[in-house]
Amino acid sequence: MNIRYRIIILTVTLLIIFALFLKVLNSNKVYQPNHMIGKKISEFVLEDLFDKKIKINSKELLDKDFVVINIWASWCIPCRVEHPLLINLKNNNQINIIGINYKDERMNAKNFLKTYGNPYQLVGVDSNGEVSIQLGAYGVPETYVLNKGKIIFKNIGPLNEDIVTKILQLKK
Amino acid sequence: MLFKKYFLIIVFFLFTTHSILANEELKNKIYKNVRCIVCQGQSIYESNSDFALDLKKLISKKIDAGESEKQIYDFLISRYGEWIVFTPRFNFNSLILWLLPLIVFAIGGFLIFRLNTNKKK
Repeated sequence: MNIRYRIIILTVTLLIIFALFLKVLNSNKVYQPNHMIGKKISEFVLEDLFDKKIKINSKELLDKDFVVINIWASWCIPCRVEHPLLINLKNNNQINIIGINYKDERMNAKNFLKTYGNPYQLVGVDSNGEVSIQLGAYGVPETYVLNKGKIIFKNIGPLNEDIVTKILQLKK
Repeated sequence: MLFKKYFLIIVFFLFTTHSILANEELKNKIYKNVRCIVCQGQSIYESNSDFALDLKKLISKKIDAGESEKQIYDFLISRYGEWIVFTPRFNFNSLILWLLPLIVFAIGGFLIFRLNTNKKK
């Protein structure tokens, strides 16, 4: 093979390898579970925690400008940590929060809200965790902010002051 | 008449068993290819975490409802991203990953061929 061709092939190969390494180096290696951001929520219907006859339909959320969905459970310790912040969000900022009670006993969930206060406008019961998976949840607690049924913000884990500030900024 | 009746029962039984076994096989295949995101390096087939159990139930329900393997992967990827499946799908981002072994194989073959022809000369 001609020496010039060899040099060209070697240079091109090295350039391809370099480009590949550069792409990988510049990519974000921290796994970011934000695949649902910008997507519309799937349709779901949940029974209300306090009254089985009341159904919470996701279609009702489609025309609302700002809705917060919080997935929680009475057995979840981080949910207790974030609970006062949810109460504040409701009382001081008049934000409508829809609760999704994840794989819980109805009685325990009701007792939890009786003890720590109820920040939710409505609480749907997701007894088998299916609706939470539809939302792309990993576990509890998780918080979503919806705009006209589209997820614009998602937080995995308990809320803190910084995250609450972010949520409030989204409302403005 | 009685023979016909028994024959039909046996055929029905065999057909149902076969269909159940095929479904079970498909479920296990999908479970093994779906990553348990809240575990470390495990598939949902191996994991007993809440997340894995919920996903297994949902996948099983979807298969029983007649959804295809592709529909299930599409659903999971739309919720959790490509990371959720162990086998990356063939798309623009994974193009190099799929084609690189073939390219290396072709270049290697070409070089061996060239070397042999040079030796013969």
